[in-house]
Amino acid sequence: MATLKFTDGELAPCREDRATEITLAEWREGARPEAGRFALALPNDAALDEVAHALARFDAIILHFPTFKDGRALSQARLLRARYGFAGEIRARGEVLPDQAFFMARAGFDAFEIDCEAIESFRTALSAFSCVYQRSSDDRAPVYARRAATRAAAA
Amino acid sequence: MYRYDEFDETIVRERIAEFRGQVARRLSGALTEDQFKPLRLMNGLYLQLHAYMLRVAIPYGTLSSRQMRRLAHIARKYDKGYGHMTTRQNIQFNWPALVDVPDILEELADVEMHAIQTSGNCIRNVTSDQYAGAAADEIEDPRPWCEIIRQWSTLHPEFSYLPRKFKIAVTASAHDRAAVRVHDIGLRLHRNAEGKTGFEVIVGGGLGRTPMIGRTIREFLPKEHLLSYLEAIMRVYNLHGRRDNIYKARIKILVHSEGAESFRRAVEDEWSGSDKAAVDPPREEIERIRRYFAPPPFEKLEPESAAFDKARAADAEFARWARVNAAPHKVPGYVIANISLKTPGAPPGDISAAQMEAVADLAERYSFDELRVTHEQNLCLPHVKKDDLYDVYRALKAAGLGAANIGLASDIVACPGLDYCDLANARSIPIAQRLAERFAFSGEEDDIGDLRIKISGCINACGHHHVGHIGVLGVDKKGEEFYQVTLGGSPGEDAALGEIVGRGLSADEVVDAVGRLVDFYKDHRREGERFLDAYRRIGLERFKEALYGDAEIH
Ligand code: SF4
Repeated sequence: MATLKFTDGELAPCREDRATEITLAEWREGARPEAGRFALALPNDAALDEVAHALARFDAIILHFPTFKDGRALSQARLLRARYGFAGEIRARGEVLPDQAFFMARAGFDAFEIDCEAIESFRTALSAFSCVYQRSSDDRAPVYARRAATRAAAA
Repeated sequence: MYRYDEFDETIVRERIAEFRGQVARRLSGALTEDQFKPLRLMNGLYLQLHAYMLRVAIPYGTLSSRQMRRLAHIARKYDKGYGHMTTRQNIQFNWPALVDVPDILEELADVEMHAIQTSGNCIRNVTSDQYAGAAADEIEDPRPWCEIIRQWSTLHPEFSYLPRKFKIAVTASAHDRAAVRVHDIGLRLHRNAEGKTGFEVIVGGGLGRTPMIGRTIREFLPKEHLLSYLEAIMRVYNLHGRRDNIYKARIKILVHSEGAESFRRAVEDEWSGSDKAAVDPPREEIERIRRYFAPPPFEKLEPESAAFDKARAADAEFARWARVNAAPHKVPGYVIANISLKTPGAPPGDISAAQMEAVADLAERYSFDELRVTHEQNLCLPHVKKDDLYDVYRALKAAGLGAANIGLASDIVACPGLDYCDLANARSIPIAQRLAERFAFSGEEDDIGDLRIKISGCINACGHHHVGHIGVLGVDKKGEEFYQVTLGGSPGEDAALGEIVGRGLSADEVVDAVGRLVDFYKDHRREGERFLDAYRRIGLERFKEALYGDAEIH
């Protein structure tokens, strides 16, 4: 198992020291990390409001895919980025397959816990699409914005 | 019609390249069937009783002649020479080989078509009124909004792994031909008191095992906020819809268990906290898409046509066909010509490659190159001059598509049932065939009038039996095929779910039993009263006696 991470748009195995993890339950029981690198592991049914004020304490949020078919973490990641402005690492854990990687990256994930041998298929999957229809957590411009840009350039 | 630009085309082509890789991994054994399944489903590929089935999207039911000809070509080259129109404005091919599927998808992409998200737990092909852009009672053409939804929902990063499949329908007419109250989300364009048009947003309708009529959670949504509001609904559903039980995972269960009011509040909260400007398309993009749906260059015609009147007087069969199959058009001198795919005796919704080509020729010649697929498994030519209608009719008749039964007893909706589907309890197609023959060949159809019979081979209700005036549901009774009858359903603006009448009937009994229902109606109706209205007035009990016949009532 390795953690792949986007750095400057490149997907590479993460070499930094792993952050110390705490769970939502530990947070509720009063764990309050102050120094070092910390990651908070959130279950799929966690209300993000509860931890919103404390997000700045964490270097990473770990979201869970109990099966690859369970897309709740995609909404959680999107909310963390768009609503709560979380700028740290959002890491995918669980059944994380290359065929979902593109969506995960677009929703806001920038780190993936996967088998080392899957790295190449992740790289391929992440570059499968050069156009997207929606604005999401990544910086890809939706096609309507690109259309407008093309029109402006032609005018 | 909408035309792909370089971006739309790129997305479809890249999707095919991705799927080609996945198929290769499956064929080499690198992917197990379990891992491959959700990937193929999101590309419209099912594994059925005898073979793979490919479901191709016909977005909001609109097709050009070029596209129809390509479907004919695919039917010939990769299938057994025909296709099957579904109740969701898709076409299904029942016999493609897995190894051919990426090539089929390339052939579709050449004519701006795809099979993306025609299956799987994602937002499916958006459906609409088949008369869009032509209907006399329409506020505005709903299809630009359908196209906006199509683009937004395609490969949506957040909403492609939902608890369950998700179906959206849009209408813009008072007379609801898109069944918006029985969809996960139904959108009804209407005008408010200030004369502005916006959407009524209806959520949580659906058929299947637990049929429900949708609830209105917003009376009036300004059009420009459609996508941000849809995102709010989808997010609430994605986060809170049940995932522990496939039968309770549709949004209707969430709306029902939370209560429509509390669901509405959750959506409104989510929406008010969202960055709408990031999601709603800019006005210029809405206008760009709308321009593709500008009305075709209609001629200025007299409302009446001498050629049409003469043909009607000379050919009684044509007169009947025109009365039954033609619908009023918003432009004088034009009509909407419905094409029945319910020729009595043939499987409902099936169309051969030769027929597809014949219809494509007619669309090109007589209907501004446009064709529509209806959610009742028929086709229509949306813009035909009355002057041309007789020519159209004769060509249809020559192609074996001359049935005059739109909206009548033999215009039966039926799912594929046990002939194709591995989930089925019973066959639907033969029952539909026998009923259609009974009503059509006895010549009583015209007298019976508006009657919607819908048949599903199992509780998944792909044949929409819950909203049939008469619904027939295949059930399994100790390994034998039985049929349960429901009465009083309607998919339209007066949406209602049918009531189960009583014990199931055998395949031998059910056709006569439905015949007795119709006879009872004919004996007891009032002047001009439809079957549905007579049923609503007279009630279940007396129809029940008719269904089972006196001898069996105790
Ligand atoms: S209703 Fe049942 S039998 Fe008919 S197509 Fe759907 S799943 Fe198959």
